[in-house]
Amino acid sequence: MSLIGRSVRRLEDRPLLVGAGKFAADIRAPDMLTMRVVRSPIAFGWLTGFNLDEAFAHPETVAIWTGADVADIPPIGFRLTPVPGLEPYRQPVLAQEYVRYVGEPIALVFAADPYTAEDIADLVVPEIEPMAPCLDPTAPPSEFAPGLDTEAALITKAYGDLDAAFADAHAVVELELICGRHSGVPLETRGAIAVPDMASGILRMYGAAKVPHFNRQTIETMLGLPPGGIHLHEGHVGGGFGIRGELYPEDVLACAAALRLGRPVKWIEDRYEHLMTANQSRGQVHRVRAAVDERGFILGLDDEFWFDQGAYIRTHGVTVPDLTAAMLPGAYVVPAYRSVGHVRLTNKTPCGTYRAPGRFEGSFVRERLVDAIADRLGLDPIEVRRINFIPKTALPFRRNLETLGTDIVYDTGDYAGMLDKFLHSIGWEALRANAARRRQQGELVGLGLGFFVEKSGLGPFDDVRIVLESDGRIEVVTGAASLGQGVETVMAQICADGLGTGIDPIRVIHGQTDRIARGLGAFASRVTVMTGAAVTMAAEKLRHEMLAVAGRLLQTAPELLSVAGDRVIVNDAPDGPSLALAAVAQAAGGEIAAEATFTTPHMTYPYGVHVAQIRVERDSCAVVVERFFVGYDIGRAVNPMLVEGQILGGAVQGIGAALMEEFVYDDAGQPLSVTFADYLMPTIAEVPPIEVALFEDAPTPLNPLGVKGAGEAGINAVGAAIAAAVDDALGRPGAVRQLPITPSRLHALLRQKD
Amino acid sequence: MTDKIEVNFTVNGQPRTVRVEPRRTLGDALREDCGLTGTHLGCEHGVCGACTVLLDDAPVRSCLMFAVQAEGARVRTVEGLADGDVLHPLQQAFWDHHGLQCGFCTPGFLMLAVGVLEREPDIGEAELREALSSNLCRCTGYQNILKSVLAAAAQMRK
Repeated sequence: MSLIGRSVRRLEDRPLLVGAGKFAADIRAPDMLTMRVVRSPIAFGWLTGFNLDEAFAHPETVAIWTGADVADIPPIGFRLTPVPGLEPYRQPVLAQEYVRYVGEPIALVFAADPYTAEDIADLVVPEIEPMAPCLDPTAPPSEFAPGLDTEAALITKAYGDLDAAFADAHAVVELELICGRHSGVPLETRGAIAVPDMASGILRMYGAAKVPHFNRQTIETMLGLPPGGIHLHEGHVGGGFGIRGELYPEDVLACAAALRLGRPVKWIEDRYEHLMTANQSRGQVHRVRAAVDERGFILGLDDEFWFDQGAYIRTHGVTVPDLTAAMLPGAYVVPAYRSVGHVRLTNKTPCGTYRAPGRFEGSFVRERLVDAIADRLGLDPIEVRRINFIPKTALPFRRNLETLGTDIVYDTGDYAGMLDKFLHSIGWEALRANAARRRQQGELVGLGLGFFVEKSGLGPFDDVRIVLESDGRIEVVTGAASLGQGVETVMAQICADGLGTGIDPIRVIHGQTDRIARGLGAFASRVTVMTGAAVTMAAEKLRHEMLAVAGRLLQTAPELLSVAGDRVIVNDAPDGPSLALAAVAQAAGGEIAAEATFTTPHMTYPYGVHVAQIRVERDSCAVVVERFFVGYDIGRAVNPMLVEGQILGGAVQGIGAALMEEFVYDDAGQPLSVTFADYLMPTIAEVPPIEVALFEDAPTPLNPLGVKGAGEAGINAVGAAIAAAVDDALGRPGAVRQLPITPSRLHALLRQKD
Repeated sequence: MTDKIEVNFTVNGQPRTVRVEPRRTLGDALREDCGLTGTHLGCEHGVCGACTVLLDDAPVRSCLMFAVQAEGARVRTVEGLADGDVLHPLQQAFWDHHGLQCGFCTPGFLMLAVGVLEREPDIGEAELREALSSNLCRCTGYQNILKSVLAAAAQMRK
């Protein structure tokens, strides 16, 4: 029986359940130093110097570095989506002349004991002449540096005849919409432990995540190390969500310090630092308008948006605005389209990607717009979606846009069919009737819906090596990474399915740059698609090789043999002669290995729908999410339990983003959301029962398993669905224009009505 | 702040003596001085609950306590839950019901739930939700954590 499609329990859980996990802070090395980062207390200013007398006078100070000590290290470059002209906006590893956000690394203190290092850091006195910060991404650009303004890039994506569309319009619907700044905020803060091995000359960095191979190569280049001079090692990782594992200044600094001080260096971020220095995301202002005919069909969609990038452009380049513009049209035909994105530097924490980058924002904008069209024309919002859906017969559908270096081609899908099936399964009409009845009784209850197309499986390649070892164990080595999503289990299921074994003898190695030459890591919902495909191919090769060796030993043609559990058997004689896999490996000289590379120029496009039922509490102005539904076509689910787990987790992050989570800055650029008492994330008390309907009606032809990604399905349209539900509860279409819908914003909305 | 004080307590039934600065948190003492890194520090300001341990059978935030305050106390951590290879019913239920993803918050949730279920074996779902809202998880969306704890509660009542 195939292991694919079965909800097997995870291979990775046992050590995590008994407290034997190895997270970054759990790593120790003899003679280790603590690195404590001194951070800018000012949002924008001229860094004229430091008073270090007291800090140097502390008896336990080992070293103190400022920008001058690392001026030879170049700024951090781009991993994804570079466009010309971004280089001057890169972040230096320590501030050189200017400080540009509160929390920017400006100096380092090294001491043996972490408590002492923090004491010494308090004695470092920076001398900064404050300047007026730029905080509003929609304000006219100001000066970033001589000759450079704060608009780092302008992203334009367009096709079709927009002017004609607006000229022919029955109506034009316009909106201004704001998505708040929030982020992934994994429960484990960042960390880097750099350990120099004097004997081999190799530096090892622990605490790596997400993209170890890219970071290894980048650190090598930045520090002038020879190829192979550094290896990165991923242990357990306490959540990623796009933000953890990108290359940050502290990672490079810990490595540089370990090399220069000749001792292991450990840096562990505290939560206060995390909330003002790790990548933030999502802050966007959109001005969007649609030209529509009398049925609500969108003839043309014209969007202009401002992306609040923060103080520097980090490793993601312009990924977020690029994806925003490219994915905004969603599941709708939209014959003419233009999106213009202003990438604006502000004196806030720099931004990168967060789970469903550009899509959470874009779905909020697009689905708000469709609801506004329905309201303007007096039509049912569901009906307007049906009118606009790309028909099943039009797939594969070329969007005439590109993103992340790929042409967008929706591969498979039946959007209208899936929506109907889903609405039927959740009893949509009954839910609507019930909400209407409760509204009549005076409650503020509403339903909202958001439909989305996701993307997954970003290439261009993934390598896998599978080895049958002499003791019968099987090792799968990949360049993928695990952030807690279940990579080991899923790859073992795919491997076992391809080989014909069980999953118990399979070990999956990931995130170790000394075990495989290259790898792209874990982002863009790519691992099950890309690594999974490579595992399928390598397992097929290995099975052939195993059966060939066994055939020689059993003097039987390989095609008459198969693998069953831990043995090779003769098909027609299951009780006849057989061979242990260990014996097969031994006969082949101790091991049998197979390698495969999967390449693809295209992503695959899953799709789904979110429905929220909410209640507004008049007294507290709280929005209570009563029920939440997700429908998602994943093509094929390798492990439905883990897919559902991804969706549940994403949906709850989305609820946080829609109602609670926001990085707020005051007029001086001081961050106000620097503890978990200020940056509010959902607890179980804010989470309703979430019902997930998984569909496998549209497998993709783009990989051997037909799978699409799961990672970002849960969060994509939560903001859109909850905004629509609040409108419905208030009986005021279009009322919600800004996320998160905090009690104070809702209070303002309710007052407007009074 | 370099004068160290001797503190005696038991951890998972074993007597321990550590010499720590008065300002050292119990969480750091467990992790660094006792080598028990299963207790995780997620915020160090008492909100996330990843560092929850049982102190004389009550769930507490080990980041919000000084080690010296644990003098004479019985401390239980995630490392003491399983009986050899046999997982505690809560550990088993978290495994069976996919109650963890990255696993960083898991020790805190396990210890919180152990404390709650030992005190109140028949706790209802609403009260359990209330108790579990003490801790943060960023991966699972909580649904499977609740399912796990309910399943373990049923198992433990047998």
